[in-house]
Amino acid sequence: MTGRCALGASGLLTLALLAGVSQSFGAPAAAGSAAARTFPIVYLREAYPGPGIMPSLLETHPDDLGLAGAQEAEYEINTTGKFLGWHFKLYVVTLPAGADVAARARQMLTGGPEVIVADLRADDLLRLADVPSAKDSLILDMRTDEDSLRQQQCRANVFHILPSQAMRADALAQFLVEKRWTRWFLLQGPTRQDAVYAADVRRSAARYGARIVAARSYDYNPGSLRSDTGYQQIQTQMPLATQVGSDYDVLFVADQTDLFGDYLPYNTFDARPVVGTQGLVATAWTPAFQSYSALQMQHRFKLFAHRDMFERDYGGWLAVRIVGDAVMRGRQTSPDGMRAYLRSDSFLVAGFKGQGLTFRRWDQQLRQPVLLAQPLMVVSMSPQNGFLHPGDTTDTLGFDEPETQCRFAR
Amino acid sequence: MPIRAMTGRGAALLALAAVLCSFAASTQASELFVSNEVDDTVTVLDGESYKVLATIPTDQRPRGIVETPDHKAVLVCDGDSSNIDVIDTKTLKVTRKLETGPDPETLAMSPSGDKVYVSNENNALVTVLDYATGKVITQIPVGIEPEGLAVTRNGGSVVVVSESTSMAHFIDTRTWQVVANVLVDTRPRIAEYTPDERYLWVSSEVGGTVSVIDPRSHEIVHTMEFRIPGVDKQYIGPVGVRFTPDGRLAFVALGRANRVAVVDPKTYEVQQYILVGQRPWQLAFSPDHTKLYVANGLTNDVTIIDVSSLRAVKSVPVGRLPWGIAVVP
Repeated sequence: MTGRCALGASGLLTLALLAGVSQSFGAPAAAGSAAARTFPIVYLREAYPGPGIMPSLLETHPDDLGLAGAQEAEYEINTTGKFLGWHFKLYVVTLPAGADVAARARQMLTGGPEVIVADLRADDLLRLADVPSAKDSLILDMRTDEDSLRQQQCRANVFHILPSQAMRADALAQFLVEKRWTRWFLLQGPTRQDAVYAADVRRSAARYGARIVAARSYDYNPGSLRSDTGYQQIQTQMPLATQVGSDYDVLFVADQTDLFGDYLPYNTFDARPVVGTQGLVATAWTPAFQSYSALQMQHRFKLFAHRDMFERDYGGWLAVRIVGDAVMRGRQTSPDGMRAYLRSDSFLVAGFKGQGLTFRRWDQQLRQPVLLAQPLMVVSMSPQNGFLHPGDTTDTLGFDEPETQCRFAR
Repeated sequence: MPIRAMTGRGAALLALAAVLCSFAASTQASELFVSNEVDDTVTVLDGESYKVLATIPTDQRPRGIVETPDHKAVLVCDGDSSNIDVIDTKTLKVTRKLETGPDPETLAMSPSGDKVYVSNENNALVTVLDYATGKVITQIPVGIEPEGLAVTRNGGSVVVVSESTSMAHFIDTRTWQVVANVLVDTRPRIAEYTPDERYLWVSSEVGGTVSVIDPRSHEIVHTMEFRIPGVDKQYIGPVGVRFTPDGRLAFVALGRANRVAVVDPKTYEVQQYILVGQRPWQLAFSPDHTKLYVANGLTNDVTIIDVSSLRAVKSVPVGRLPWGIAVVP
């Protein structure tokens, strides 16, 4: 995985980073134009191994996934900054696969607290957040959707941009209930994450009055479509996997690692639609989305990155836009002050969802409407009409305040 | 744009009306030109019967729409075709096309009608065109996703708001330089001067507010919020703004709140919320200012509000996703 930025952050990069840090939160540093103050943002990622064989050749994993969104946002906030005397600089740090994130973080934070956009998996995100010197940093998690990070494993220095798995399950559930497709067949893959998502689906069913009428675990070795008769195998396998005695309205698939979910549509034993991790999916962004000025964003991104904009790009874009807003609108320049601002009533960020997006104070999850999309089309957007909440209707998605298990140890 | 001098019911108008539209018998004869973003058309409605007089095909994605100061033409921005359609208000035909550069979203004209100001949404530019020749006079870099434009009555200053940068940019038309940038609430859409030009109102759709800017000091002197019982705050998205010429009332279209707010510009108090169609976007007055027209994006119609009683009188269907309205006497 080689992106446009330096891989395996060398000492040079760290030096550049530290240089940026040292001038960040003290006296305004003159850079470029006379009055512009420089504000550093660290983009931290790890060169994780690629996903291997994907069921579909159309699945792409660009090297700059996520990063391109952050860079587009860097350009955008600098457009505002140009008028207000701010210059934002994204320092991209790419750790080699298997790097000791905690050690690198300690090294990175010797100059003081930082604003870090974290393009890290859940375990590495926690390693970063738990470094003692990261306590006063602001970490914007632009990648994960794990529930645990918003629940028992929440951290006071971490803010989550993308919707949690529970929010995604609820977003689909509201749509299905609105359509009165309330009898679900839950087909669950082999991973731990599949089990978590399956639990979310059960929780959503209980919350919104749907029923799991059948449930089954399934493991399948992908790659069959490579062989000339692969489709025949799949055409045999999938009906077997989905032949259940009970009548159901919709198949809810929990396959977070894309082992088999994409084989299901049109291959189920009964003629039923597929939703969940494949089929109709809940997502914060899709290249097909055009409403609420999203069309302009898609155009802009394509001109910049020469490819479509995906969900992680949106996560990176939003994280950097949030930093820009906290500095220029909230007038906060310390990570501590920024965190307080993001939790305050004054904060609101625009993200092409027709409403301002804010953070839930109880788990620092960004509240947001969630798109329901099939590959070429946005089908709907949740919360659905009629799902009410005494506060903010988007809090009908995911863990609401009374249910939260997040206790910030401060 | 500042309000033009009011056109009365005088003989001049009668004569003009007789010439312009032989099919409209009334002394109030006027026409509404409504841009339909999805249909690629402009619907022309009779200003009294509200019957459809014509549906004029345009290029792709027509949004911003204004009439020329002499009322001879209506100009509409075709975002996806990168040009402006010039519609002859007599023949109701597109007679000319002006090239604008990429993705023109909306436009304004200089008070004398010699220049056209265009916001290029994809390029973070304001393009200035010479109306007579169609030539580009200059292009001015502004914030990202520029949208609403306002021109002072003397033509000396143009303001453009940028949706993604969340600013009002003040441009001096003698030097074509941006002289001030005012940060407003998130996703500003429209800038409109009060009739006395002492203040500039800027609506922020996602922020849910209207900022009142002093155009001399470039300071925000007031920020208006809207509270509607039973409507979630996040649905309140201010867009179109218009003032009665006497400056006594302001109207603010509130997007997904499906209402138009009636505001006292002296106190900034909301007097009333008028329920209209879904997602009201831009507003326009009838030539005598007794009616306010509201383009409702999601219900594909135009609501007519009686200005004296502040009541929605009726809604009439137009094309799909009506965006803006220009009115020609």
